[in-house]
Amino acid sequence: MADTTYTFPIGPVHPALKEPTMFKFVMDGEVVVDVDVQPGINHRGIEFIGMRRNVLQTLHLAERICGICSIVHQYAFTLATERAAQVFEVPERAQYIRIIMAELERLHSHLLWAGVAAHELGFDTLLHLSWKIREDVQDVLEIISGNRVNYAMYYPGGVRRDIPPEKIPRIKKVLDHYKENFQMLADTFLGDPVIKHRTVGVGTLSKKDAIATSTVGPTTRASGVMKDVRFDQPYDAYADIDIKPVIPSNYGFEDAGDVYANIVVRLIEVAQSIEIIEYALDNMPSGPYRAEMNVNKVLMMLRKADGEGFGIHEAPRGEMCHYVRLKENQDNLDAWKVRASTYNNILAWQKKLIGQQIADVSIVAASIDPCIGCMDRVAVVDSRTGKEKIMTDVDFHRLSVEKTKRLRK
Amino acid sequence: MKVMNGDEFASYIKDRFGNNVLSMRVDKFKNGVKKSEFHSVWLRVDRSVFKDVMRAITEIHDEAHIAVASGSDLGEEIEIIYHLNLFWGERNRQLTVNLGVRCPKDDPHLPTISDLIPGALITEREKQEFLGITIDGIPDPRRLFLAENTPEGFYPWRKDEDQQEKLKKLYRDVHEEGV
Repeated sequence: MADTTYTFPIGPVHPALKEPTMFKFVMDGEVVVDVDVQPGINHRGIEFIGMRRNVLQTLHLAERICGICSIVHQYAFTLATERAAQVFEVPERAQYIRIIMAELERLHSHLLWAGVAAHELGFDTLLHLSWKIREDVQDVLEIISGNRVNYAMYYPGGVRRDIPPEKIPRIKKVLDHYKENFQMLADTFLGDPVIKHRTVGVGTLSKKDAIATSTVGPTTRASGVMKDVRFDQPYDAYADIDIKPVIPSNYGFEDAGDVYANIVVRLIEVAQSIEIIEYALDNMPSGPYRAEMNVNKVLMMLRKADGEGFGIHEAPRGEMCHYVRLKENQDNLDAWKVRASTYNNILAWQKKLIGQQIADVSIVAASIDPCIGCMDRVAVVDSRTGKEKIMTDVDFHRLSVEKTKRLRK
Repeated sequence: MKVMNGDEFASYIKDRFGNNVLSMRVDKFKNGVKKSEFHSVWLRVDRSVFKDVMRAITEIHDEAHIAVASGSDLGEEIEIIYHLNLFWGERNRQLTVNLGVRCPKDDPHLPTISDLIPGALITEREKQEFLGITIDGIPDPRRLFLAENTPEGFYPWRKDEDQQEKLKKLYRDVHEEGV
């Protein structure tokens, strides 16, 4: 390490990060020379817990992995289970309800991200505007499922609830409202000179790097890579809809992979999701919404099943995968692996952050729409010796007690 | 890049690696009202040819996408399955390849694939710490998710008989340290 550089930790809990994670920057003046991302702060061992429960219990556990992307884990887990068991024939109506829920969630997730991005830039009026608009889709989700988060909609062999015809006009009303407001939101984000100045050319990711590091979701599409599971490998009702991945250059923008391109991709995906939901509502076939209504029978079918499956779903943040292995005459999952979208974007993060100014770190970090957790340790760098020590809560407790003792004297 | 469907891919690998391919299955899934189909290939190969198979896959599609590597403890052996997506970039062309390889617990070594697909680094680091295998030639062997004070020799996804004891001891130690 040259004499001119110094280490600068951000995290695990820091106002610049919406969720706790740990970055260690090597700085030269105000410029980031190197960065080490240290996740795992809130590794709760969900897979460990899931392997000790039966499939239907784990289905609900999977939903609780993340509070924002409530259904993406449930969707990927359901797909993996169905592909492992190979006994469920998912009704066509259920396939349409599944994608309606998934797209409604993409709407709320992208609008949430838009607000966070505006906040990171110090544009709080826009934060409040995007989140006000987001409330409408939350209402729709509540009308369909009864909940604003954790909708509990997916089930092996279909969905848990139907969308009855009388609810459809209410959903369409909200979609129309969105179409009216979309242009205003797009003009503000894409036309504002301050936002442009803060985001164009900041945190770039080249197309070559995006492909090499297997980056997923809007992060990779902003660099011009045509990766979208709904398009590459259409599953459920996505197979009936002609979806094109949103690449900035198809809409007259540059495939720069910078923060601006990320905003472009997510905003256009909001419009795309509205179109998909409208198509699905209009073309939803009639019929049953679940293959097997009896819960005990479903459990028996899963108990008899023997096999492995890999479910992939295009979550708002990108490709989301679950691997499930079932063994005959065993209630528990034999193996379970959860792969969230942010996991594949960690390496892209490093590429994006190097060469940035420290003031841009928070918006660059937010540009991949990270979804993390919290941790129990802090890295302390001694500025005099350059030595580093990891302090745990035990150390902090000890230091705290010592300080109290000192003050008593 | 030569685009193949699941059956073509399976027969290509089978022709090239013969008896070192231990098992093979092609799953076909129909979707939507139009019943369009996509394929998913499940392969198990011998450890001696694993790196060659991976190289053959990257020769077929040099921009192969690694989704994740999942791993599990099978008792005497540890199995790692690499989930790859090939031929992305065109509508309904993607082929999912699930390439499984096993290594015995007394010799838990696998070669790295991050030289072929750099994106595999994160998942290889995770497999090392959670299953206690060694990825030979990994560019960054540090832990990823586990806390640095997790004791050596404790691997959360192992299903060994003394695993529960180790886990209880881990909790007891943490408790006694006064957390």
